[in-house]
Amino acid sequence: MSTTVKTGPAIPAGPVRGLSLRRPLGDRAFALLALAAGLVVLVILVLIAVTMTQQSTSWFSSEGWSGVFSTDWDPAHGKLGAMAFVYGTVITSIIAIAISFPVSVGVALLLTEVVPRRVAQPIVYVIDLLAVVPSVVWGLWGFLILVPWLQTIYAHIASAVNGIWILGNLFGFLNGNYVSGASFFTCGLILAIMITPIVTSLSREVIATVPATDKEGAYALGATRWEMIRGSVWPHSQTGIVGATLLGLGRAMGETIAAALVIGSSPTITSHLFTPGYSMPSVIANQFGESSGVFRAALIGMGVLLFLLTIIVNLVARAVVERNARRMRGTA
Amino acid sequence: MMEQPEQEITTTRLPKLETTAKAPARQDTPASMIFDVRNVSIYYGAFKAVTDVSLPIYENEVTALIGSSGSGKSTVLRSLNRMNDLVPGARVDGEMYYRGTPLYDKAVSPAAVRRRIGMVFQKPNPFPKSIYDNVAYGPRISGQRNKAKLDEIVERSLRAAALWDEVKNRLKQSGLALSGGQAQRLCIARTIAVEPDVVLMDEPASALDPIATLAIEDLIRELKRNYTIVIVTHNMQQATRVSDRTAFFSVLTDSKNDTRTGVLVEYGLTQQIFEDPHDSRTQAYVTGRMG
Amino acid sequence: MAVTTQQSVDLREPSGWRRAKNQIVTGGMWFAFLCMLVPLGFVLVTVIAKGASTISWQFLTNGTIPPNILPASIGGMGAAVVGTLVITGLASVIAIPLGILGAIYISEYGTNNPLAAFISFLADVMTGVPSIVMGLFIFTIWVLHYGYSGLAGAFALACLMLPIVIRSAYEMLRLVPNELREASYALGATKSRVTLTVVLPAAIGGIVSGALLAVARAAGETAPLLFTILTVESTNANVFSGANTALSTQIFVNATQPYVGAQDRAWGSALTLIAIAFILMIAARLTTARFTRYSR
Repeated sequence: MSTTVKTGPAIPAGPVRGLSLRRPLGDRAFALLALAAGLVVLVILVLIAVTMTQQSTSWFSSEGWSGVFSTDWDPAHGKLGAMAFVYGTVITSIIAIAISFPVSVGVALLLTEVVPRRVAQPIVYVIDLLAVVPSVVWGLWGFLILVPWLQTIYAHIASAVNGIWILGNLFGFLNGNYVSGASFFTCGLILAIMITPIVTSLSREVIATVPATDKEGAYALGATRWEMIRGSVWPHSQTGIVGATLLGLGRAMGETIAAALVIGSSPTITSHLFTPGYSMPSVIANQFGESSGVFRAALIGMGVLLFLLTIIVNLVARAVVERNARRMRGTA
Repeated sequence: MMEQPEQEITTTRLPKLETTAKAPARQDTPASMIFDVRNVSIYYGAFKAVTDVSLPIYENEVTALIGSSGSGKSTVLRSLNRMNDLVPGARVDGEMYYRGTPLYDKAVSPAAVRRRIGMVFQKPNPFPKSIYDNVAYGPRISGQRNKAKLDEIVERSLRAAALWDEVKNRLKQSGLALSGGQAQRLCIARTIAVEPDVVLMDEPASALDPIATLAIEDLIRELKRNYTIVIVTHNMQQATRVSDRTAFFSVLTDSKNDTRTGVLVEYGLTQQIFEDPHDSRTQAYVTGRMG
Repeated sequence: MAVTTQQSVDLREPSGWRRAKNQIVTGGMWFAFLCMLVPLGFVLVTVIAKGASTISWQFLTNGTIPPNILPASIGGMGAAVVGTLVITGLASVIAIPLGILGAIYISEYGTNNPLAAFISFLADVMTGVPSIVMGLFIFTIWVLHYGYSGLAGAFALACLMLPIVIRSAYEMLRLVPNELREASYALGATKSRVTLTVVLPAAIGGIVSGALLAVARAAGETAPLLFTILTVESTNANVFSGANTALSTQIFVNATQPYVGAQDRAWGSALTLIAIAFILMIAARLTTARFTRYSR
């Protein structure tokens, strides 16, 4: 038994009224709002480049191009060569990725190839916890705890390798019997700890794109896990992992606070890693407050250098990861 | 228990399943024409998906579009409510009139079109909201805010979709928790909640099990009384069970350019198409020799 | 009839050097994990051990930070706690809506749109800009004209948060199945309606989670604040003018002080800061767990 279904006024036959509504105002306004929000990103980046360069022109003009990159740094007497800081930035970042690379790749492989799902969870939590500890806390711990502790360790290493060819140059004594806990190496170490989470997650993503069939094929031939990794995983993902490491490099270069606290605050160019040094972000953080005039312009100028440097490293890293991803998509 | 004078809440029980006995031959006396499709070709960029389709669709009928895959039936269906506008590079040549108004006129708003011409999709796609909010979605974005009215619309639509009794005690539950057949009926309820003129259905039962499929077919026969329905189906028996008129599409292969374009081969009363097809391609398809 | 093999089959693991290499490598991987675990454990244990004794209700709420020479039992870091919460909160209010809208632009208005693709690229580039550059940037365009303030610090943190929010929100929006958008369009919704009533609510769990992680990151940042708030020692209720203070900058300043009191305060602040970051991180995880299901 059914009663008639009447669901509202009957629709008249003939031309329909009301079909021709213009695009409602709200819809257009929202689209513009979204566009404006997107453009903010562009505006900010452009402003950063423009205004900061403006503020640092007095540095470039007073030193000239050769002076800007000279090793002569003595702000009290008007000498503002930034080479020592560029050197420090580069060296500490290289140390950072040298230490972080094996650890990150190791843990990434652990997560993708070795452990079952349930064990992977707590490992990922550890990585997340590592990532969420603020930079200044690493710096505090580094300065008050790690630096004194490493001082004694460095002293032992240095006396052991002093005089031995390359090792002596890297890890030996610079001036007499002095090594410093706050040094290039310590800075690199702390930076390594800080960039490891991101390099690990990115490496994990890269390794995850390796087709399962390749891995299974290797196992089916009787390979051990290491042989499978070397034969199937590594060739596919090495480019991507390099890209991930480069991204870590970019992060290490820009990391400021932890570096400022443990690097030793002494502008030096030397191969001895256990001596105090300085880097661009560290000097900016430590000395900006008391700076003025051309000195301040120099610090801002170093900020511009840092900006350009990290953008370039980032772009290269992304290009590398993207190339790897594209090759993987092709074979999948 | 508020009752508005001009609207009644229905109680519908699903009619019994039809037997397979042939119905007597129908006289062709169509009601008014809802869609007037004239020489329409549809392009996606440079690719011609469908060529020269002419197809009148009549009020309160179920019109089935059948044919093998790639023959453009879904493309034609989606052009009826301008869903093709969402595909970048889509273009409609020819004339398409909806109740006398050119559908693709510059001054016509696609959103207004779609409020009058609704669509049910192949894979049920309820929103991740409650059952109530799913059905109330359409009326709400049309401006209806009154809670009592919304309650009424929701109940009415769910009844018309033969889903009310199953969900009336759990309207706050997520729409995602329903089974396939229920979810599709929810999508149908959601579509008719805005009181459209036409309901387009793109293979509405192909993702469902046979029992749910029959329930949907019963629903279609019920809905026909108040709506015009155009349904794409690859199931010929379904077409015979539910539709009044059938349009058969086929594929034109152009081996020179390696393209496949859909073309309308034959269109007529369902009984005639299946029992006495005029075109040989139609005959090959409906007798199962092809497609 | 059973078939008997003539020779015995050796099913032991590959012997000798192959096996040893495999085990060494696996051991190496676990050692790598240990290398991550040790510093984490070390720093957490140290911060908790040294900070717990300093933490007290007074420490967290007393509004005047005493001179460094005084022991930690006098006064408290309330000013810094308030500073961190307020400045980070203000930065979030600026960056999160802006970031979500930007992600909506790239995701929903981005098909066949080269400008949107470019903006997406720029947002990725911006995630790599060091936080100190953001601080210097706000210094040059705001502080030089309007002086130090909590607002300036909030701007700097917002610049830091914006690309992070955009990226994570975009990933979440992308995950919403297209069939939901289609269903909404088919019911006569305009693009803005589709986005606001279907797409955004579907993705909101992941978006909120990503936003909380961005807030956690911002709360711990120091460098952007160094040049914008000019760390002071008392609560400045007006975040829009006048120098301000925050936990992170206080830690930085106190870390290098020779006085035990200052160092104690630094540890206590570090513990507080870590607690704030952890709470936000846990909240982010809980949000993800509760909200992400888009389709049957």
